[in-house]
Amino acid sequence: MATTLTVNGTAQEVDLPENVPLLWALRDALNLTGTKFGCGVSACGACTVHIDGEAVRSCQIPIGDVWGEVTTIEGLGTPDALHSLQQAWIDHQVAQCGYCQSGQIMQAAALLAETPNPNDDDIDAAMQGNLCRCGTYPRIRAAIKSAAEGA
Amino acid sequence: MASIGKIARRTFLFGAVAVAGGAAFGAWYVTRPAPNPLKPAEGEASLNAFVLIDAEGVTLVAPRAEMGQGTMTTWAALIAEEMDLAWEDVRVIHGPPAQAYYNSALMGEGQTHKGYDASSFQHSLGEVMGLMGKVFSMQVTGGSTAMKDGYERMRVTGAATREMLKTAAAQRLGVGLDELRTENGAVIAPDGTAIPYSDLAAEAAEVEPPKVELRERSDWKLLGTSLPRKDVPGKSTGTAQFGIDTRLPGMRYAAVRMAPTRGGMTSFDAFEASRMPGVEKVVDLGDGLAVIATNTWLAQQAVDAIPVEWGPSPYPETTEDMTRAIDAAFDAEPNSTLRDDGDVDKLPSGAQRIKAEYRVPFLAHATMEPMNATAWFDGTHLRIWCGNQGPTFLRDACAAEAGIAPEEVEVNVTLMGGGFGRRGEFDYAVIATRVAKAMPGTPVNVTWSREEDMTHDFYRPAAAARITGAVADGKALTFDARVSSPSIAEQALDRWVGFAPGGPDKGIVDGIYNQPYGIPNYRVTGHKAEITPPLGFWRSVGASFNGFFHESFMDELAHAAEADPLQFRLDLTRDEWLPAYYVLEAVRDMSGWTGQTENGVGRGIAMVYSFGTPCAMVIEVRDVDGMIRLTNAWIAADPGVALDPSIIEAQLTGAMVYGLSAAMGEEITFAGGVAEQKNFPDYDPLRMPQMPAVEVRILENQDRLNGVGEVGTPPAAPALANALFDLTGKRVRELPLNKAFEFYV
Repeated sequence: MATTLTVNGTAQEVDLPENVPLLWALRDALNLTGTKFGCGVSACGACTVHIDGEAVRSCQIPIGDVWGEVTTIEGLGTPDALHSLQQAWIDHQVAQCGYCQSGQIMQAAALLAETPNPNDDDIDAAMQGNLCRCGTYPRIRAAIKSAAEGA
Repeated sequence: MASIGKIARRTFLFGAVAVAGGAAFGAWYVTRPAPNPLKPAEGEASLNAFVLIDAEGVTLVAPRAEMGQGTMTTWAALIAEEMDLAWEDVRVIHGPPAQAYYNSALMGEGQTHKGYDASSFQHSLGEVMGLMGKVFSMQVTGGSTAMKDGYERMRVTGAATREMLKTAAAQRLGVGLDELRTENGAVIAPDGTAIPYSDLAAEAAEVEPPKVELRERSDWKLLGTSLPRKDVPGKSTGTAQFGIDTRLPGMRYAAVRMAPTRGGMTSFDAFEASRMPGVEKVVDLGDGLAVIATNTWLAQQAVDAIPVEWGPSPYPETTEDMTRAIDAAFDAEPNSTLRDDGDVDKLPSGAQRIKAEYRVPFLAHATMEPMNATAWFDGTHLRIWCGNQGPTFLRDACAAEAGIAPEEVEVNVTLMGGGFGRRGEFDYAVIATRVAKAMPGTPVNVTWSREEDMTHDFYRPAAAARITGAVADGKALTFDARVSSPSIAEQALDRWVGFAPGGPDKGIVDGIYNQPYGIPNYRVTGHKAEITPPLGFWRSVGASFNGFFHESFMDELAHAAEADPLQFRLDLTRDEWLPAYYVLEAVRDMSGWTGQTENGVGRGIAMVYSFGTPCAMVIEVRDVDGMIRLTNAWIAADPGVALDPSIIEAQLTGAMVYGLSAAMGEEITFAGGVAEQKNFPDYDPLRMPQMPAVEVRILENQDRLNGVGEVGTPPAAPALANALFDLTGKRVRELPLNKAFEFYV
């Protein structure tokens, strides 16, 4: 039953049924716990990762259907080599509880890849699927804008 | 650095202190220092329960749960300030559950004076009552008390530690204490040589802690500034470890389904589920089921596939039945009358009397990280990993579940993906313990689905208020409110310490009886509705609904008096309590309030005093093609001392969002004894496009330091409802507001 996934640049075998969502292969089989479980129904965005650069909800994609290379928050940047958005998130002290922030950053990274200088409406449209119960939205908005300016 | 695992393991090897609840303790017990739960290994020294030093540097213990409110950062800064540590070198851990980490402020919150008018005697009495927190080993994060609790104690701890290190250096160098100073984690000798604390720790641990004087505020280097939070880099890189992220050798994953009626399980058939992929064991939990599997999702699929019959709920089955019970309580004797000024029954001549009734629904906490805990039981010892706001209570409850002594339980408190009061409960850890008992020797990560989380919450209760008032000559003369709600405290204290005190429940009327308005005839009575659906503390607790009741009615009074609602409040606070006046004045100036709004724009004001802090808020709404959009919010609060402005700004903003989310669209209803809302599509919080621009001002006009984490929630709903009235002329007295208005999405 092994499925091969390319995650953060490395091909990995996952011994799980093909209908298991990517989220649970990442978290429980590959121990990549930066990607979070929030709702399981694509309503909160906490599980957002990239497949071939596109932001997707990993709770909705069976591993048998993964069509490209997967990038998770751990592959976007590391504490020693931060992605510009991660740096902006630190500079703006965005996180409160922090649980949704991996998904927020992955969603924002896909936005900036497509729209390097997003306006407020672009940010609203791109980020509306990512819930934050702590209400960090103003700092998320500011961090996206400053990362865009720095790019 | 000493890992929490190492420290906690040693703690349990050496035996921690267990304290039984309910008994009376003499003064000797209360004044005896609580034992230091830190047991340093070779090469480490613990100078007290909050400071651990090893060769690599200094680790501070911040034994309050970090759920996003920044407590670990500011708590550590209190110690670091007096210890002269370089902020970037400070490491912070939560530490093990222990009596030494009791909350000295929480019990004092139980006093029923109004707070803002507390005399020094009442303040001292609060401190004495706070010591009862120690008797009950009340290590609780809640009630916006962490900074109130730690403000003096932790600076004293830091200063005493610094003096112990200096004394050790003085003895070693044979010089006087006055010839030494401290800087960046080192004692500086007269010749300028820096001796790092790590060099001095072992000798310093032998020094008797001296009496110390705290530094003047003008000498602070860390406190009062916006420090980089200790948890932010990890939370920006996916490396922060939440309870759900616990990974251990040989670990298994479990999903659960507990009786959503809280009425037990009458039958189930696990034959098919036990043969599903990845499933290792189906566990009968008595009042529910668990499936242990190789993967959380496989466990979830299997547990969801089991046909189950649940028993009936021990509380009324429908929202309508509960509403009836809340209404019926108005006819019973009041549970409390915590304010009774003047004579509310006399109608002054020429006065106009008005009346209104308000309602709010049950609410779920809906933390982003669903409830979860990892348990590992070997038959003798139990190890638990999870986020929680009351680890001593959790430890004792899990010990009871496992049938072992509390000192055989190691509790590792992780970061938590939201708390808001939900993680003050420990049901999820007890359930994980029960699951782990079924697979001894194997660690099991028990994660709830969102549906399980939503239907097994301890809900913010529904509540209703009936208020009458009178105005004359543009002024409020009478405010007479009756509030009915079931008691949260009665349930929660019973779960925490095994008994619930009777008498008046302040929680039912908190945020309405103690508002700093000088209304001459002012009465508030609380009525306890006799229903017991599962209830819990929800960010700002009673003030979450009483703020809405009070401040909506204040608006109605202002309009009846033909007064500007903001000026009306300024007039009523000026002679009652100036810090409240100043926060109102601040939002007036920030928002450029004129009392007039252009067509298609509405503005509302609310001010609520809660957790010792007055917080005023103006919200602006606009009609956008028939939909209502929140465009701006202005917040001013006065916590007395602003220890970290950036964190305070984030808390005030976030607490407002929590309150707005509930006000706009959140509601839990019951059918068949089960919560009907299962996931975010049924219970949708505020999202990015709905977020108004926010401006925050922090004032420091009151004498004592007070709460921050919850105070932004209570004014949010009334400020919004008042803005909607200003925009549409429609006064809506029931939440959520999306039943009456269409909000922009």
